[in-house]
Amino acid sequence: MAEKMIKPRSGLKGFIKKEAIFLIFIAIMIAFPFVLNIITGTGLNAGITKFWQGQLITFFIMAVFAMSYDLLIGYGGILSFGHAASFGGGAYAVALLLKHWAPNILSNYRITIGNLDITEATVLLVVFLVVILVSVLIGLLFSATSIRLKGAYFAMLTLALGSAIHILSKATDFHKWTGADEGLHGVPLPVWLNPTQNRLTVYFIALGFLLLCYLVMNRMVNSPTGRVIVANRENEERMRMIGYNPVIYRTIAFLSASIFAGLAGALYAIWNMSATPTMTSTVTTINALIMTILGGMGTLVGPIIGAGIMQIIGQFFYTWFGARWPLVFGVLFVLIVMFLPYGIIGTWRLRKSSIKNNIQKFFRLFSKEK
Amino acid sequence: MSDQNNQQDLLVVDQIHTFIGQFHILESVSLSVAKGSITVMLGRNGAGKTTTLKSILGLTPPREGKIIFDGMEIQGKRAFNIANLGIGYVPEHRAIFRALSVLENLKLAERKKGDFDRNADFIFNLFPDLKRLYKLPGNHLSGGQQQMLAVARALVPDNKLLLIDEPSEGLAPILIQQMMEAIRVLSEKTTILLVEQNFIMASQLALNYTIIDDGKSVQSGLMADLVNDPELIHHYLGASIKTRKELEMNHESQD
Repeated sequence: MAEKMIKPRSGLKGFIKKEAIFLIFIAIMIAFPFVLNIITGTGLNAGITKFWQGQLITFFIMAVFAMSYDLLIGYGGILSFGHAASFGGGAYAVALLLKHWAPNILSNYRITIGNLDITEATVLLVVFLVVILVSVLIGLLFSATSIRLKGAYFAMLTLALGSAIHILSKATDFHKWTGADEGLHGVPLPVWLNPTQNRLTVYFIALGFLLLCYLVMNRMVNSPTGRVIVANRENEERMRMIGYNPVIYRTIAFLSASIFAGLAGALYAIWNMSATPTMTSTVTTINALIMTILGGMGTLVGPIIGAGIMQIIGQFFYTWFGARWPLVFGVLFVLIVMFLPYGIIGTWRLRKSSIKNNIQKFFRLFSKEK
Repeated sequence: MSDQNNQQDLLVVDQIHTFIGQFHILESVSLSVAKGSITVMLGRNGAGKTTTLKSILGLTPPREGKIIFDGMEIQGKRAFNIANLGIGYVPEHRAIFRALSVLENLKLAERKKGDFDRNADFIFNLFPDLKRLYKLPGNHLSGGQQQMLAVARALVPDNKLLLIDEPSEGLAPILIQQMMEAIRVLSEKTTILLVEQNFIMASQLALNYTIIDDGKSVQSGLMADLVNDPELIHHYLGASIKTRKELEMNHESQD
């Protein structure tokens, strides 16, 4: 009996059934540029098709960033206002290395395996390893300070740390390297990765990145370690009672969230071919917070939906209302939070049966009239 | 202390002083728990029973005094290290993880891989309800079921000592019976230090008792002697706790 209970429904079939909605979403996203091209006939790398690919690339990357924030706040119960530090850290790491280090290497050295030239690939690999290293360091900085502080004090401290990193990214002392206030623009990229020349490639890289990050994070939060992190959120003293060191698991939550945020930031810098101080600012953290709350905390799928709403609806609002769109979006946000207090997915999961009942009742109303 | 005593006593608490903030909560508490038996800690509300348990586990570390568990001094160690030596703690107020399912709550308590698999049958024999509800999240359980889960969680790893705080608190009479039976079965497997307000339950289960009053340990001995000493019971435990005889008489008159 015990054996049978512990084994979750595994295998490909169980996975497809459980993640059906997400897989359908991915399938639609794969088909999207091609379908839009057939409808508009502008060609894959031009006009409105290209424009919407761009919107969706931003959506995919921000979705990963929001998911990483959900890992921290939804699962770990850690309210950090400095999460953009990891995002911006990843972005600056990529931009600085590609602009100031990579051209030097590419013009002076050649790394080959047989006849294959892997210089470019090696440089990119090194850049991404540095991104992970930077994210880990930023994550450690934040988690080390969280050992003694709790609640509002901790939130304030993360705000201060985040602001410090934001100010660092704007500092005029490093103008030569970071471009200070204006940011670092014109990051040189290989042609195949250039979003203006090969947007479809970047589109699929971003989509693949979202898929991969979702699968890894989903696996993580459902693993025993993930369960410990959730238990830690609920009560640290109880964790100590049964023999866990809460500090270790807080650190794991911080580091993993920071790594995913850093990778998202790195991809964002590639997509924009720039790194700007906005990426490290509190506004970026708040955006992730809004996305997470809209979709539902502690759900992983929620932040994806939240990011989608913010990006896609935001774009429509922009065309309708111009620069005032955040005002209208704010009203929408307040309405959603009022009527769906646990976010879209969170409220759905909580009230699934009653919502379904109400819909059935609604339809029965019509059938009687017939 | 002689060697012989060390072998018999799994846990020795020697004159510990514990402060919470600036308050001197425990002023010299001493007790010993003999291996393989149930020892019950008695005392009025606020006497310091729970604080004593927390001091043993290192959640509120004592400032002075010694705590010897299984021949090793453990005072000053960190709580999770002490727990990992083989002490299971069942706190009062059903301290389960409400966001996790019954099964996840139990699996969380594993210290080595396979702890749960090994003890699952024993646990589910003791608390058949939990087997039925294993998928349910903790916040969907009733109070009694949560209390059982809290006890069950302490049974997942092979603990040498269980500290159980008020297992009968707020339970329906029929559940108290079930809980008593469970604790009796447990005592065959492990050593138990129990805090219990319900004097009948305590007196039927425990071999030894120790009384704590106002942060000091005042009396300890064999339960059999205490049951026959109504004056002592009345003096330290107050009028609220009736002797077994009175309660039995009460019980009979109700029948």
